[in-house]
Amino acid sequence: MLALIPLLPFAGFLVNATLGRRLPKSVSGGLASLVMLASFVISVMSVMQIAGRPVEERAIQEVLYTWIASGDLKIDVTFRVDTLSAVMILVITGIGSLIHIYSTAYMHDEVDSEFARYFSYLNLFASFMLVLVLGSNFPLMFVGWEGVGLCSYLLIGFWFKKKSANDAGKKAFIVNRVGDYAFILGMLAIFAKFGTLDFQGVASAVAAMPAETGFGILSLATLLLFIGATGKSAQIPLYTWLPDAMEGPTPVSALIHAATMVTAGVYMIGRNAVLFSHAPETLTIVAVIGALTALMAGTIGLVQNDIKRVLAYSTVSQLGYMFLAMGVGAFGAGIFHLYTHAFFKACLFLGSGAVIHALHGEQDIRNMGGLKKELPITYWTFLIAAIAIAGVFPLSGFFSKDEILFETFVEGHKLLWTIGALTALLTATYMFRLVFLTFHGERRQDAPVAADAHGHASDHSHGHSSDDSHRHATAPSHGHGSSSHLHDAPPAMALALIVLAIGSVAAGWIGIPHAIGGHNELATWLAPSFSAPSVAGEAAEAGAEGEAGAEADHAALELTLMGVSLTLAVAGIAFAYFVWVKRRRIADNMVREFPGLHRLLLNKYYVDELYDATIVQPIKAASTEGLWRWFDVRVIDGAVNGAAAIVDGSAGVLRRLQSGSVRAYAGSLFVGVVVILGYYLWR
Amino acid sequence: MIPLSHYLILSATLFTIGAVGVFLRKNLITILLSVEIMLNAVNLTFVAFGRFAGDLDGQIITFFVMTVAAAEAAVGLALVIGLFRHRESLNPDAFTSLKW
Repeated sequence: MLALIPLLPFAGFLVNATLGRRLPKSVSGGLASLVMLASFVISVMSVMQIAGRPVEERAIQEVLYTWIASGDLKIDVTFRVDTLSAVMILVITGIGSLIHIYSTAYMHDEVDSEFARYFSYLNLFASFMLVLVLGSNFPLMFVGWEGVGLCSYLLIGFWFKKKSANDAGKKAFIVNRVGDYAFILGMLAIFAKFGTLDFQGVASAVAAMPAETGFGILSLATLLLFIGATGKSAQIPLYTWLPDAMEGPTPVSALIHAATMVTAGVYMIGRNAVLFSHAPETLTIVAVIGALTALMAGTIGLVQNDIKRVLAYSTVSQLGYMFLAMGVGAFGAGIFHLYTHAFFKACLFLGSGAVIHALHGEQDIRNMGGLKKELPITYWTFLIAAIAIAGVFPLSGFFSKDEILFETFVEGHKLLWTIGALTALLTATYMFRLVFLTFHGERRQDAPVAADAHGHASDHSHGHSSDDSHRHATAPSHGHGSSSHLHDAPPAMALALIVLAIGSVAAGWIGIPHAIGGHNELATWLAPSFSAPSVAGEAAEAGAEGEAGAEADHAALELTLMGVSLTLAVAGIAFAYFVWVKRRRIADNMVREFPGLHRLLLNKYYVDELYDATIVQPIKAASTEGLWRWFDVRVIDGAVNGAAAIVDGSAGVLRRLQSGSVRAYAGSLFVGVVVILGYYLWR
Repeated sequence: MIPLSHYLILSATLFTIGAVGVFLRKNLITILLSVEIMLNAVNLTFVAFGRFAGDLDGQIITFFVMTVAAAEAAVGLALVIGLFRHRESLNPDAFTSLKW
């Protein structure tokens, strides 16, 4: 039955990909949403099934067939639901279903064939993502890993007639290739060391070994895997593709580039928790990279003007938190944040989609403002999700972020904790800058586009064929403040927004820490997945007990830290309110007083430019001068043309023998015969 | 009895006359005739050897050569007529266009 979970969306993909252009929108969109819902129902049933079992037996494994059998290498196509992948499949199919439903309204202006193409890609993505989390060995995970990369490329470049969308798709695909290459090398290192690629097999083999002290094979393998994760999950140094990926349709940004695909790297580390915890060197690198990414993306998010880009940098920043958690060994906290983040970030993206939809493609927040009254559903859901991501008690983001910061502090990484706390402040600030600039104040028009570092055309304008004319025709009416024609989210979109907003509030309640009277059910639930199979049951209980004991000692500390992060969140919100609502002049003054800093942030620390100068241009130059002008033209063409020239030259000499004179031929024939006969007679 | 060497000398003389004719004459028909002379010189050698060896092999092969020569003459003359129609000439130097 597990196989049905990815197979149902795949069936939806097949139908929409082959017959989609002949189907009306209601059928193709409805079918796509229906298969996702069915997949969700089966996921819930599977999770219920394992939840009903004792702790040490909480896993279902289903071997479909042997995929590769060659010598020692034996790889089965095996799907496995354990406590970790249970969380993932629920997030993917649950939030995936909501986003499918949302998309039926958001993409409604596309023609039928494009609409079906969109849903076929979306279903294919869901199918691969489910393979990624259900696969019980590295190669099967890699199939999903590459498959979601492909779908990401297809969906970022969905409006392929727009050059920037095509470029963004290619950028995402190529940057991910770098990480995927490292991922393959990591798999090879693991096979070389353990002789198996099965997650369970590797975990039990590693559990029997002592943790590595220096930088050995385990550190190398895990580091390579982590580089793979930095590509997929947009961490330093391979994060640059994610902000550009916002060229895709907004629901895609919500599903792929916020809630699911980009968390694959976090999931991968969680899946191999035993392996990673035996490589402390790598874990330190993971934690540092995570913290730095969180801080850097947070600062960039502070000044961006494109509503989706702010959210994109916010995603990078939150993924940094997850890696920070993974790096300090708090795997449960990382997955917890992954799970709560899926709700509020999907809600924020879908909310921004509703804004863009209502404004017919406008994405620049300098052209927004005052939308609170006209888009009440969007406003309230967006606000709830923003409070959740800022980490205000008792919304979901508070619990997960706080657990990460607490674990970081307890593990003794004070500096990383400081960075994390600073990022929490930044998160609250940039999120509420976005809320205030978009929904509060007066409606603004015609912001100076020239000041924009990246004059991106709106993504949604493609959905509306009559978009430009519409916008121009209605522009004057905005000036008089009579923008009563704006439509709030249609029912399908509103449904998704409301459900996700409820999730943003409540999702964290399954992980309420002991310090404030909860039981942190999620951590207990996940614990068996982070220990080796043979000792899973005992470890879960021991972990739970040990944690309970530790919690008691740390309760006071945890409460203090909670107070700090809550203060930071509120301070961030208050600061944003003060700067962007009360004293708008302050923001402008700051820009004027620190023009260098502002430009640095607006241009994203010039990382794209740096990569362009140090990697893209040298490769381009080497390809043009070395591979094309020298190797192709000189060596390859030279070999072909040289062979022809040799034949031509020697033929030029030989052809003089062919005079055309019959008697000359007869003469040479005669001389030849005489010479041959003479040789045999007189030898 | 006339010794074998006399036949061979006559045959060699005829062959040389034929070969020289092929190389030096400037008329295709004469060249064909020279080729016939060379063929017959060879025939004479075969017959002479056959006579002195005391068997009929030499005569049998001579019949083959005569048959082939007849066919060759027919084809050769047809070619010469064709060439003449083409160029209004029988000089072999007129037919040198089959070269580089």
